[in-house]
Amino acid sequence: MDRATRITFLAMLVVLAVAPFVLYPIFLMKVLCFALFACAFNLLVGYVGLLSFGHAAFFGSAGYVTAYTVKMWGLPPELGILLGAATGAGLGLVIGWLAIRRQGIYFAMITLALSQIVFFYALQAPWTGGEDGIQSVPRGHLFGLIDLHDPMAMYFTVAAIFVLGFLFVYRVIHSPFGQVLKAIRENEPRAISLGYETDRYKLLAFVLSATLAGLAGGTKSLVFQLASLTDVQWQMSGEVVLMTLVGGLGTIFGPIVGAAVIVTMQNYLAEFGSWVTIIQGFIFVVCVLTFRRGIVGEIIGRFGPKGAAPTGGGH
Amino acid sequence: MFELIGIPPQALFGQLLIGLINGAFYAMLSLGLAVIFGLLNIINFTHGAQYMMGAFVAYLCLTHLGLGYWGALIVAPILVGAFGILLERTMLHRLYKLDHLYGLLLTFGIALIVEGFFRHLYGSSGLPYAIPAELRGGYNLGFMFLPTYRAWVVVASVIVCFGTWFVIERTRLGAYLRAATENPTLVQAFGINVPRMITLTYGFGVALAAFAGVMAAPIYQVSPLMGANLIIVVFAVVVIGGMGSIMGAIVTGFALGVVEGLTKVFYPEASNTVIFVIMAIVLTIKPAGLFGRTA
Repeated sequence: MDRATRITFLAMLVVLAVAPFVLYPIFLMKVLCFALFACAFNLLVGYVGLLSFGHAAFFGSAGYVTAYTVKMWGLPPELGILLGAATGAGLGLVIGWLAIRRQGIYFAMITLALSQIVFFYALQAPWTGGEDGIQSVPRGHLFGLIDLHDPMAMYFTVAAIFVLGFLFVYRVIHSPFGQVLKAIRENEPRAISLGYETDRYKLLAFVLSATLAGLAGGTKSLVFQLASLTDVQWQMSGEVVLMTLVGGLGTIFGPIVGAAVIVTMQNYLAEFGSWVTIIQGFIFVVCVLTFRRGIVGEIIGRFGPKGAAPTGGGH
Repeated sequence: MFELIGIPPQALFGQLLIGLINGAFYAMLSLGLAVIFGLLNIINFTHGAQYMMGAFVAYLCLTHLGLGYWGALIVAPILVGAFGILLERTMLHRLYKLDHLYGLLLTFGIALIVEGFFRHLYGSSGLPYAIPAELRGGYNLGFMFLPTYRAWVVVASVIVCFGTWFVIERTRLGAYLRAATENPTLVQAFGINVPRMITLTYGFGVALAAFAGVMAAPIYQVSPLMGANLIIVVFAVVVIGGMGSIMGAIVTGFALGVVEGLTKVFYPEASNTVIFVIMAIVLTIKPAGLFGRTA
């Protein structure tokens, strides 16, 4: 990590450690789950240049699997979350395999359409509980020792999962594999001519992103003790796009900031009902028209070294 | 009466007709998307919201102005088309030099605003819109009952679709349009006002969506979310057909509507997803789409 990143990361750890003593833990856990979800999404859109409009499929279905296995099979929470992540990975493999056949907006439309299959499955399948979802999921004991019904224990578990996920994304981006991903984003034909099988790279990136989205979704279902249709709906796919866009596409900390901003906004505006949708749409429009680098992208652009900011526009 | 593979013919033909109606809407909407995409290189996510606006204009005309169905069929496309032109002039045209994805994100945001706005005013439940008096009733064809309004929707949408096809593929104006799709700079060099053509094309595509919305008002209920779920199916239709061809969009739209209707008869559980599954199959066999040119 370079110096600025290291300092920001340490500052983030401090904030994570102090926050539950100042703010409501459930709210913080919600932010962290969405931050991890947005980081997973950003891995794909920010570093490979593939805009998926169906990430709710991985997030939501992982939530169902975690909730079901923990509640019905009595699995310990860590196994339930891992199974959730595995669900994300499996679905990611299938959907990714189909979607990488097309580029650009087609990719977005295909992921959106395929995620609708997952949505209708969740709506109709007997084990997902239809409109009710899976309710009152027990949080259980982590590794058989730590009682997760204690809000602080749950919070630090979620924080640990988030930090691990974040470090994993960082590692992937800064590996040789991540360099190839960026090459594909910038100029795919050139990457092909250099001998890279770009489809394999794209598929692996897609699966990694879906796995992390599943990790986030599984964790969220334990936090709220609920898996519901909200998390598999296309509106959720739109929300994660919005979070990443607001925070800054292709920046490491952007999705986290974006998730915090959007979840906070939803919290304060919850009582206004349909205004939330209107304001989210408005933020989308403003971001696309005038603020394409996002919050973190703007900060890097203003204060960071020259050329460090993502271009936010491209070709 | 005879039975076909254990299905009573009334049910079979009834679902076929519903499929044909749905197909008419898929065709009209995917046609508009394809026309817009051809010239603007933007996938218009607001299309579903604009279809909904068309239905709402019809509803509001009737309740507030006393203007009936036939008037709405003219007024709604003009009003909503003007709204589209306003969007293009104020926002969309700033994005042409950027990655296409920003156009998708912008129009998605506008769709959220429009749908949220209508939901705020009218709630989520559907509002009824009566079938105009001239088109009530129906014909008994012996093997099934054909409601006049549904027959009208199929006929009118076929006329609109083929009219659009004719203008684009067979007239001078259409030739300019196709040329500008291939190479806008060159066409502009020949003295044709390409930016205005782009604006009007977007307006036309949007007007087509609004027209479909008015036609849909008596069949489906008028509700703020009527376009949101439909647009995703239309996206799948567009992926299956490929956006390279106008005729492709029309044919795929009708065909998929019929397939969906048949699925309702034989395996109703899959009727919501059959189009998405077909899309997945087409992607494995012919990734560019049935009528598509190379990606």
